[in-house]
Amino acid sequence: MTRPSTHPDFLWRDPGPRPSYDVVIVGGGGHGLATAYYLARNHGLTNVAVLEKGWLAGGNMARNTTIIRSNYLWDESAALYEHALKLWEGLSEELDYDLQFSQRGVLNLAHSLGDVREGRRRVEANRLNGVDAEWLDAAEVKKFCPVIDVSDRPRHPVMGATLQRRGGIAKHDHVAWALARRADAYGIDLIQGCEVTGFEITGGRVTAVRTSRGRIAAGKVALAAAGHTSVLAELAGFRLPLQSHPLQALVSELLEPVLDCVVMSNAVHVYVSQAHKGELVMGAGIDAYNSYGQRGGVHVIEAQMAAALELFPIFSRVRVLRTWAGIVDVSPDASPIIGRTPVENLFVNAGWGTGGFKATPGAGWVYADTIAHGRPHPLAEPFALERFTTGALIDEHGAAAVAH
Amino acid sequence: MLLIPCPFCGPRDETEFRYGGQAGVPYPAGETTDAEWAAYVFTRDNPKGWFHERWFHAHGCRTWFTVERHTLTQEIR
Ligand SMILES: Cc1cc2nc3c(=O)[nH]c(=O)nc-3n(C[C@H](O)[C@H](O)[C@H](O)COP(=O)(O)OP(=O)(O)OC[C@H]3O[C@@H](n4cnc5c(N)ncnc54)[C@H](O)[C@@H]3O)c2cc1C
Ligand SMILES: [Zn+2]
Repeated sequence: MTRPSTHPDFLWRDPGPRPSYDVVIVGGGGHGLATAYYLARNHGLTNVAVLEKGWLAGGNMARNTTIIRSNYLWDESAALYEHALKLWEGLSEELDYDLQFSQRGVLNLAHSLGDVREGRRRVEANRLNGVDAEWLDAAEVKKFCPVIDVSDRPRHPVMGATLQRRGGIAKHDHVAWALARRADAYGIDLIQGCEVTGFEITGGRVTAVRTSRGRIAAGKVALAAAGHTSVLAELAGFRLPLQSHPLQALVSELLEPVLDCVVMSNAVHVYVSQAHKGELVMGAGIDAYNSYGQRGGVHVIEAQMAAALELFPIFSRVRVLRTWAGIVDVSPDASPIIGRTPVENLFVNAGWGTGGFKATPGAGWVYADTIAHGRPHPLAEPFALERFTTGALIDEHGAAAVAH
Repeated sequence: MLLIPCPFCGPRDETEFRYGGQAGVPYPAGETTDAEWAAYVFTRDNPKGWFHERWFHAHGCRTWFTVERHTLTQEIR
């Protein structure tokens, strides 16, 4: 049977592994693909393989709620996420692929005086860092997002919100496909169905990975395996301060456009946007316990929907189409870990927890630079593993832990 | 949703409990280096498999206890 002519050609090859590469990236999610792309684009490194145990970008990259923003509190995070946001702003054009990047504005709601103070402080901190940020009072929130209930109800009154107008959403699959297509065009091998099962380490230096498709020698190895990083680190003989938890999301049936911004609320544990196609996309907090099971508790979804109904009474008769979970790796300070590891030439990019999608191009950029030069990129340096020993933590629980 | 066996109350719904993370993490003995202290404070096991962990029956008898749970299959033994 011939393929219908309307069907697009494949965007990348489906090669098998070669015996050796200069750089082997473990994990074919957004971060692995962005790293591969920037290794080639910024550093001319193309003898590179991305090894993915499942199918390309089928992990958290395919499961997230696609929220992009850079309004983090601390200088180190603001610099890193803003670097990413600036890249997002030119990425569709650069990759020549419509990423459906939509800067529709992100609201972070405040429901208590404490929230208000934290929000206003963050707005000021963001501005000092050159990140666009505004404070809206309740009436302004209502004007910006008419479907929110800002009435003076006792439980979770909306007392105001931070607004980052440059924040928004992008189509995660398109991002992965666009990066994959470009990495492939540079000659990088994107190898699916290839699980890394061990490392060969000689004299404290990694020399090869063992995989479900045989041994692959590697000059450098770069982990980009999100929720599974500590499993891999253990195979390489070291521990990381990471815990893996399910994080759930859901989508509703398709609706007419009702919500043209992103609404997030830490206090009531829900974040909502409306996808281009029309579904409401909703997420909440992580399930409490460690798990690799890729499903979580129904009570978490119940609590999240209760919160959504408090904020948006008009959603009361909307039906849920499907729910799912991804496995996210949470670090003690809710910030990522990027840089070198105790094993020479083995690098780590992990701990993005519930919020790494927004960082995809920025993370790939600084990680590629770190790998290429064997030392941390200046934006990545504060996020090194050593911070847990020195105590120089980047505590982003307020800006990162639950919301995205 | 997990069904968690409280040693006093029997199997109860997960929503009655608080999670306490890895069980039996020993306080470092004697002099510790910064790295050892950091490991004690920040680093816990995170296995894909059997895991000894603490649960607190917050909405029941308020006992802390240890269970062994498989972090992939959610089986408890
Ligand atoms: C429900 C949910 C909602 C989220 N919402 C947002 C959001 O709105 N905004 C935001 O910024 N972030 C969000 N995130 C977080 C974001 O998805 C992650 O931080 C980010 O995707 C992690 O990087 P990644 O894309 O490379 O991970 P992944 O896409 O998970 O990539 C890791 C890959 O490594 C592979 N792998 C693992 N082990 C091995 C091995 N041994 N060998 C080979 N391959 C291996 C996996 O199969 C996987 O494909 C959300 C996450 C979830 C689960
Ligand atoms: Zn009990």
